[in-house]
Amino acid sequence: MELGWWGVPVAVLGGAIRVSTPFLFVSLGECLTEKSGRINLGLEGILVMGAMSGYGISHLTGNPWLGVLVAGVAGLILGLLHGAVCSLPRVNDIAVGIGLMLFGTGFAFFLGKPFVQPKAPTLPAIHLGDWASSPQVQSALQVNVLFLIGVVLALAMAWAFRSTRWGLVVRIVGDSSDAARAMGYNVNAVRVMATAAGGFLAGIGGSFLSLYYPGSWNEGLSSGQGLMAVALVIFARWQPLYCFYAALLFGGAGALGPALQSVGITSGYYLFNAAPYVLTLAIMIATCSPRRTLVGAPGELSVTR
Amino acid sequence: MPDSTMVLPAGSAVASPIRGERLRRAAESVAIPIGALIVAMILFGVFMASIGKNPLEVYALIYKGGFSSGFAWQNTLQRAAPLILTALCVALPAQAGLVIIGGEGALVLGGLAAAVVGHAAAGAAPLATQVAMAVVSMTVGAIWIGFAGALRHYRGVNETISSLLLTYIAIALFNHFVEGPLRDPASLNKPSTEPIGEAVMVGHLPGMDVHWGLAYGLAFCAVCYVLVRYTVFGFALRIVGGNVRAARLAGLRVGWLVLMSCALGGAAAGLAGMVEVAAVHGSANASLIAGYGYAGILVSFIARHNPIAVIPVAMLVGGIGASNGLLQRRLDLPDATVLVLQGIAFMAILAAETLYGRFRIFQPREEKK
Repeated sequence: MELGWWGVPVAVLGGAIRVSTPFLFVSLGECLTEKSGRINLGLEGILVMGAMSGYGISHLTGNPWLGVLVAGVAGLILGLLHGAVCSLPRVNDIAVGIGLMLFGTGFAFFLGKPFVQPKAPTLPAIHLGDWASSPQVQSALQVNVLFLIGVVLALAMAWAFRSTRWGLVVRIVGDSSDAARAMGYNVNAVRVMATAAGGFLAGIGGSFLSLYYPGSWNEGLSSGQGLMAVALVIFARWQPLYCFYAALLFGGAGALGPALQSVGITSGYYLFNAAPYVLTLAIMIATCSPRRTLVGAPGELSVTR
Repeated sequence: MPDSTMVLPAGSAVASPIRGERLRRAAESVAIPIGALIVAMILFGVFMASIGKNPLEVYALIYKGGFSSGFAWQNTLQRAAPLILTALCVALPAQAGLVIIGGEGALVLGGLAAAVVGHAAAGAAPLATQVAMAVVSMTVGAIWIGFAGALRHYRGVNETISSLLLTYIAIALFNHFVEGPLRDPASLNKPSTEPIGEAVMVGHLPGMDVHWGLAYGLAFCAVCYVLVRYTVFGFALRIVGGNVRAARLAGLRVGWLVLMSCALGGAAAGLAGMVEVAAVHGSANASLIAGYGYAGILVSFIARHNPIAVIPVAMLVGGIGASNGLLQRRLDLPDATVLVLQGIAFMAILAAETLYGRFRIFQPREEKK
């Protein structure tokens, strides 16, 4: 069965599910970090590092899930680095994020050279669309387990921030370090842990890129997804559930170019590829304001001040 | 005894205490980055040793490829030229307290604009064409980065994120035009715009194999240094960078200052694009997207956003880049080796921020009675 022009929205929907997963993981990680009052712009570097290490481990061991785990650990280590350097007095977290972005990508390109050519086993997909007769619908509804884990994680984080001790501690540290200190919490320790955990999630998001979609490792694999996720968290007002919706939106925007190409529109290919960036920028312009702090913004966050 | 903080008349033969303090400050902001770079070199050396390469050999090759001979220096300076300009794109907005990291986008679009102008003006006097190319590329860069500054001031959008997003958009636009409407049909394997022609190409500095782009960069740095240090504009800019609320209370036009610093920085990066097109590539193609914008961020941070300090740092980073080919050939290292060294150096420099004010030797002396 041919879908013709209906193929575009179907492909965008399928793309939204496929492309959104790294956005989802990175934005949840960034959400956790920012809730603790720090911003980690280096998630782009962590994403690339996660993609490289996940693919490399999967190639060497033949087990993609081990790759996912190692990608998370690599992200955790880079997150720890960011957290530790930022804990030094008078060190600017935004600048360290830029440094980590360059450091992570450079390191990943260096170590990932041997893995550009070989094939690694990739993550399996769950076929939810086998009832449909159209191959487009079938491929659009191929869902990866990581996507489902991400959805569950978003729900769990929303719950944790609202009603667990750990979630409340992170929020206190992020809203007022003085209050947290007065209550006897070690502000820096909480932030380092939150950044490391955020790095872990971003690393997993990176492994999705190399192990599922697009499903290979090369130096052009990530093009700003990590950075867009930072903007996405601002758009999502630091709420894990909104992060999920925003990730779907961004995924759909990212899938627009390939979807239009599939029905024969190729002239503005590069322009359609810019859609996610334009969307991010437009959203930031629409939601930010110079006169008031954003609703829901952690009080200690430098990016919104 | 007179109060030691008494201000002596300018030009006084007696070394003023203020000048002494200034020297201490300057020494501190030279010594700490150098210390951080040494630490970074040690860390990178350990990393090299851990993958089985001799770190001393690596550094010897970096020296050989970047600084040992006249030929190496020319290669280094050739790379330093765009780095100086893209570093200014970070350093100038930094005076007003902004962290702009979108120099790559301004460079790419500036280069594209320069290529278009250079080709369209074929037949005109070369000098006039070059001036037109420079003006147009600087204007494009100024608008591009100025946009990030405007978003910051009028909408409160974080300029770090927006400027990097603008870079991705700029590269998409660049690819669209170079592979689409502006593509030279003669460029088969490597899509390029139509060449600007030999006659319009920016030549070499007299007596050297280094193009005029280096002189543009040096001149831009000198102008910026004077502007930041010795003019009311620069003083106002630094007040905005120090404390926006104080600047507002003092009645400074914060928005205009923020916008101008971004536009000037963008103009520098745009000019870097023009230099790359008019002195190196001859047309706009993917070679323009070589990461000069990102390396410029590192240069500016090491130079502590000082427009003059940018020059030697750009030469250092350019020299390391120039030695990349040698490292790849001799030691079979991947081309990302330089990126790793840059990344480690960047992290070390940022971590060293915490050391300022910690060393007694750089602090003002206790007042003696």
